[in-house]
Amino acid sequence: MRHILSVLLENEAGALSRVAGLFSARGYNIESLTVAPTDDPSLSRMTLVTTGSEDIVEQIKKQLNKLIDTVKLLDLSEGPHIEREMMMIKVRAVGEDREELKRLADIFRANIIDVTDTSYVVELTGASKKLDAFIKAVPEGLIVEVVRSGPTGIARGEKGLTL
Amino acid sequence: MELTGAEIVVQALIDEGVEYVFGYPGGAVLHIYDALFKQDRVKHILVRHEQGATHAADGYARATGKCGVCLVTSGPGATNAVTGIATAYMDSIPVVILTGQVPTPVIGSDAFQEVDTVGITRPCVKHNFLVKEVNNLAEIIKKAFYIATSGRPGPVVVDIPKDVTDPNRRIPYHYPREIRMRSYNPVQKGHLGQIKKAVDAILEAKRPVIYTGGGVILGEGSETLRELVKLTGFPITSTLMGLGAYPMTDAQFLGMLGMHGTYEANMAMHETDTLIAIGARFDDRVTGKIEHFCPHAKIIHVDVDPSSISKNVRVDIPIVGPVASVLQDMVRLLREQGREADRAALADWWTQIEQWRGMKCLAYDRTSDKIKPQYAVETLYKVTGGELYLTSDVGQHQMFAAQFYPFDKPRRWINSGGLGTMGFGLPAAMGVQLAFPDAAVACISGEASILMCIQEMATCKQYELPIKVVLLNNGYMGMVRQWQEFFYESRYSHSYVDALPDFVKLAESFGHVGMRVERPGDLEGAMREAFGMKDRFVFLDVIVDPTENVYPMIAAGKGHHEMHLSPERELA
Repeated sequence: MRHILSVLLENEAGALSRVAGLFSARGYNIESLTVAPTDDPSLSRMTLVTTGSEDIVEQIKKQLNKLIDTVKLLDLSEGPHIEREMMMIKVRAVGEDREELKRLADIFRANIIDVTDTSYVVELTGASKKLDAFIKAVPEGLIVEVVRSGPTGIARGEKGLTL
Repeated sequence: MELTGAEIVVQALIDEGVEYVFGYPGGAVLHIYDALFKQDRVKHILVRHEQGATHAADGYARATGKCGVCLVTSGPGATNAVTGIATAYMDSIPVVILTGQVPTPVIGSDAFQEVDTVGITRPCVKHNFLVKEVNNLAEIIKKAFYIATSGRPGPVVVDIPKDVTDPNRRIPYHYPREIRMRSYNPVQKGHLGQIKKAVDAILEAKRPVIYTGGGVILGEGSETLRELVKLTGFPITSTLMGLGAYPMTDAQFLGMLGMHGTYEANMAMHETDTLIAIGARFDDRVTGKIEHFCPHAKIIHVDVDPSSISKNVRVDIPIVGPVASVLQDMVRLLREQGREADRAALADWWTQIEQWRGMKCLAYDRTSDKIKPQYAVETLYKVTGGELYLTSDVGQHQMFAAQFYPFDKPRRWINSGGLGTMGFGLPAAMGVQLAFPDAAVACISGEASILMCIQEMATCKQYELPIKVVLLNNGYMGMVRQWQEFFYESRYSHSYVDALPDFVKLAESFGHVGMRVERPGDLEGAMREAFGMKDRFVFLDVIVDPTENVYPMIAAGKGHHEMHLSPERELA
């Protein structure tokens, strides 16, 4: 099953490589990983998407918790949560395709953030599945480039993942 | 007090109560060596190879329970130390390794003797640090000792660039007495509710087995373990790493379990209905094929490291906590219960176990005119009266020692169990002998293993360490040869050592005493003579039967109930 893990890490040099190294050393799957500092500059927040049996995911969480740099860990998939990913997609936009792509962007509530005579850059935010759906919906052969941030997430409700 | 970075390193070691630093100098640590030269509180032991430094610090830690310390230079100094660091990591041994690094301005420029030590050691340390600022040095060293020795212990590397130890820069020195880390809080106590559940399971057990590992020794749980075993009357077995936590000469001890464990221990594991695992990690050499592991058992697992629990084998009653405190709670709750386990069932269980024991799975040919390695270990036990610190290398001799030298005290059997590092024994013995100068310390080894750190004989001479090397010399890498005999139709591919040195002369050339024994009748006398030389390092080259194999054996991929007892005695 797919799990989204949120990890508060000490904002130390090498913390990211400890996490990445753990996954490669123990052969765990890693679908995506994003990391950035938080409002507290001494802490980074990492969102990590992984898949595996319940036993494996349990072990992944224990191993992540065991890292000395890990301050807190939350498995977002265990409760109600919001997941968002951002994508920028460059498409070839000439002739009839220009209108078609514009309509498609509107349907997905995406923004066109760069325009040339022959191309658009479309920005879209949402759950990863929505981004997948947009990519599928773009007529064949028009995609020039796709860049995705990888999912981030936050638990619903008033409780926060803080110290 | 204003100190330079180099002086801070030394002063921090003094404040930490460090007795010995095992090390080898080089460019990046010269400032630290200069600071060491100017004091006499911390004693430096000059090894002959950095691997020896890490093993010696490791051996010191295993024997004393204190943190071992080593100091090596950057680049090759650090890479040579990696095998020893990984050895300590696999067996959860507290060691702090100080490595020199090139100056911070040139880090990343492929400078002379530069390697990414933090990167190379990351997968085999509990944690590591790169000190970028001298102002952080004292606190980082404190953290290193705290992390290495608390929770599940392990090695911690502190990588110190040369400019951080600059002799021309002094800063105020303050060594923290205590340290708190928001990201690291090892469990201090087991969950009482879980312990109660375990006690209930213990009281309901009909065919219980207590299975203990190195965690009992590391967690200082031996005494309480003895109480628990006596209180319950349960049979107990141990992993290679846990030997000595419970007296091996006691009738309730079934011997070691696992690949070369006893028949009675492994059969008890297979038939048990309640397995009480304490400070053991269900290693593959212990479990055999996981699908066949303890098929009938409810499993209780006590471990200080949550990630050990349900890693290889799913357990029913996990208890995360320090072994000693959990065992104390367990014993207390059992006493308060005032109930006893099912005595009748337990008596039947012991009858069954005695039947298995009656197979005498460790029997060997005592009429041979060659020295059998088993006989050599038995003689070692006889001569030393069990009062020995015995370090070991890796291979057949290690298994024979584990089977035939019954340790009655913890921290007496010192070997590389997890990583299985050949070359460990001799330098580890140096650490032990320095910790206990008056104790009898021996290293059991093979002619292949000993050559991997043979250079440390010079260290032994320099510090006059009266270690006894008991070499079971069979001319082969015995364990490799055994597997080739069993599983590769006796094609002994590169497992025969063709050009061995004359070990007697070799020992003599290092300034030691060398002796060779070739006949069983001469062995005991030779050993008595060797151990009689209380102030000399003696290298005893014992020529043993080259064809002997370690039995019993569970082949890889088999279960506990599928043991081979000997070539003559195959079990169905």
